[in-house]
Amino acid sequence: MPHVVAACSTCRQFTDGLVEFDVEADSVRRMIGELDRRFPGLGEHIERRMAIAIDGEIHQDAHGARLAADSEVYLIPRIGGG
Amino acid sequence: MSEVMDRPQTLNLKVVGTRPIRPDGADKVTGKATFGADFSMPGMLVGKIKRSPHAHARIVSIDTKKALALAGVKAVITAADFPDLASEEYEAGESAANLRDLALNCMARGKVLYDGHAVAAVAATSSSIADAALALITVTYDVLPHVIDVEAAMEAGAPVLHAHLFTEGLETKPDRPSNIAKRNELMRGDLEAGFAQAEVTVEGRYTTAAVHQGYIEPHACVAAFAPDGQCQVWSSSQGQFMVRTYCAKILGLEASNIRVTPTEIGGGFGGKTTVYLEPLALALSRQSGAPVKMVMTREEVFRATGPTSGAVIEVKLGAKRDGAITAARVVLKYQAGAFPGSPVGAGSMTALACYDVPNFSVTGFDVVTNSPKVAAYRAPGAPISAFGVESAMDDLARELGMDPIALRRKNAVRDGVKAAYGPTFRNIGYLETLEAIADHPHYKAPLGPNQGRGVAVGFWFNVGGESTAAVQVGEDGSAVVVTGNPDIGGSRASMAMMAAEVLGLPIEKVRPIVADTASIGFSMLTGGSRTTFATGMAVTQAAQKIVVDLKRRAAQIWDVPVEQVDWINGAAVCLDAAKADKGDLTLAALAAQSARTGGPIGAQVSLTAQGAGPGFGAHICDVEVDPETGHVTILRYTAAQDVGRAIHPAYVEGQIQGGVAQGIGWALNEEYVFDSEGRMENAGFLDYRVPVASDLPMIEPIIVEVANPRHPFGAKGVGEVPIVPPLAAVANAVRAAIGVRMTDLPLSPPKIRAVIDAR
Repeated sequence: MPHVVAACSTCRQFTDGLVEFDVEADSVRRMIGELDRRFPGLGEHIERRMAIAIDGEIHQDAHGARLAADSEVYLIPRIGGG
Repeated sequence: MSEVMDRPQTLNLKVVGTRPIRPDGADKVTGKATFGADFSMPGMLVGKIKRSPHAHARIVSIDTKKALALAGVKAVITAADFPDLASEEYEAGESAANLRDLALNCMARGKVLYDGHAVAAVAATSSSIADAALALITVTYDVLPHVIDVEAAMEAGAPVLHAHLFTEGLETKPDRPSNIAKRNELMRGDLEAGFAQAEVTVEGRYTTAAVHQGYIEPHACVAAFAPDGQCQVWSSSQGQFMVRTYCAKILGLEASNIRVTPTEIGGGFGGKTTVYLEPLALALSRQSGAPVKMVMTREEVFRATGPTSGAVIEVKLGAKRDGAITAARVVLKYQAGAFPGSPVGAGSMTALACYDVPNFSVTGFDVVTNSPKVAAYRAPGAPISAFGVESAMDDLARELGMDPIALRRKNAVRDGVKAAYGPTFRNIGYLETLEAIADHPHYKAPLGPNQGRGVAVGFWFNVGGESTAAVQVGEDGSAVVVTGNPDIGGSRASMAMMAAEVLGLPIEKVRPIVADTASIGFSMLTGGSRTTFATGMAVTQAAQKIVVDLKRRAAQIWDVPVEQVDWINGAAVCLDAAKADKGDLTLAALAAQSARTGGPIGAQVSLTAQGAGPGFGAHICDVEVDPETGHVTILRYTAAQDVGRAIHPAYVEGQIQGGVAQGIGWALNEEYVFDSEGRMENAGFLDYRVPVASDLPMIEPIIVEVANPRHPFGAKGVGEVPIVPPLAAVANAVRAAIGVRMTDLPLSPPKIRAVIDAR
């Protein structure tokens, strides 16, 4: 089951301080849906504010990205640049 | 589609990795390129802005009657001419912007929040009439106390800029408004235990001043609002689609009714990732019925467009005697300017990104202040936090008696290590950049009296995102590459080169163009070091689709299965020995027969590029400090950077040199200076000193190539990393030269003289 880490403080507001959890999902879209079901509001927060690092690779707007059973998923603030 | 090649092509390349003449070069050196201020239309009016002289004030009234009555004045607008938008985050640039804040930054409503904030605008038949009209607009203010210093703005009794702003990210919901828009925190391990294990600790408090991106071309645009509601905008920006969306939202228009054409851009560096003039020019054009041109003065650019944050950085590091860092604590306080949105988030994530630290906390504060709303600036936020961390690393090396590169190598992240911001690093070239500077003759060169050497490193994520590219083959076998990304750093050349490589054409046969919003599919703006990576991926895939089609056409002509056709050096080659006598079919030959094989040859690809590879840089700086004047001369500068694969090495070198030059300016001279009333005192290049060519030595770039497996040719982003290390590299060199740690940027001569005098 993919292991999700939401270490940043804005995510912890939705998770009652929980930082790490396993999520039954095989895609980013399903992971966001499951997280929103478990922590209401977190899904929209992820969609608007967060990027998703899957096994070290940062994805933005990647609903279709696949998650493996042993995937490491980090929620990190979205990244812009100059 | 989002698939990419299985692995990057890095061998047997004929175009990628060479240094052809830039496609926009001749126009630019002969003065023929059309920048924002060069564009004109018949019957065009001149638009100008009336700006607040106060840093913080309530707008009691605005009387525009006299201005409207002046002969030659065709339109006068205030916030009343725009919809009063609700607070809503909307994504159109790189990350979501609050539309209400964006609109209020373009035109103040009810309150002005910084010296230079727009309160009204006029359109007139001449520049002098527009100036006279501005003078006839009467604005009555109720002046309020202001606050610009970031720590003063965080205090409980500070003047509050926004009554609706409550700090995000606190454990308990605040019950009163604050200038602290957000608090973020990154943590790992047990900080106290980490410091308890430490045998050596260093600690510092550092400050940086607000600095401007300093692009040479001021913001400029022409807008034309037709009677049928169709609008056109020509403007200098980092993203025509961003301009279209923001204008539509701010004015309440349909985006489909706005067509935005990008002009040549004379520098952006992140500062042109938002809008200032375009919505006003459209509103003036709508009211007047004529095209309106608006061009900022340099003073307006400084007073009213985004600098980056001034900041306070607190760093504490703990380490074992062998140099292994056991704990790090970093606190970052960044000015956001008038509205929330400083780059403290990225500053927090990058602060310790170069190091494998078991126990740390990084706490960031995003703080609104009565100064212009900050905008992105190359690796937004990262140079500031790196200045603190890399200065502390230098002190730690000195405390340990270690070589500063060896200390960084000892604690370096590498493949398989979790980044401080979370994910696990893969395919990074950080150690290789450290080796590159350690092995360089510069590092061992002798120094003279009053001279010192500094080392610093830096990191940036690089990003991908949405891009569209079209490749069209002409009847003569040449190709046009069409993208939607303004060329701010050489992307046109890179796009053409990648297409040429795949098609097997000489670069001279490929013409890259940047299209308007009606002529190419959506692309995110040019920024975040994304274009050569992401749009380059779209270009490559479009060219690959064409090659597939060309092979099909050749097979049809030769009447062989397509599997019997290969594409080699720009021509279809028949692998069927029985038909080999027919000779190869070049792209020109296939293009000439395209009508009979399926019509015009071309392909378009739209994608969301994932897998941007992170970049690292390692820099060495030598300085000489004049003990009489405090002036710092940069004697020598060497910058190594992992770029994945340099598509056009000369452009990559230029990006590295440009980033270093801007970082040196940040370190030594540049700063916003405000008077006691909160008015900027140095809004011009005479008093705001950016480095010029005579201030700098030849900056030597070292290109390190650790290929990104997710890009067709292995590219990573380039443009942001090189501005990250210089602030600390310069400061560390000054420390070595004068024997005293300077913690407050810029390291201007009066500050250095004061330190030397006090020694």
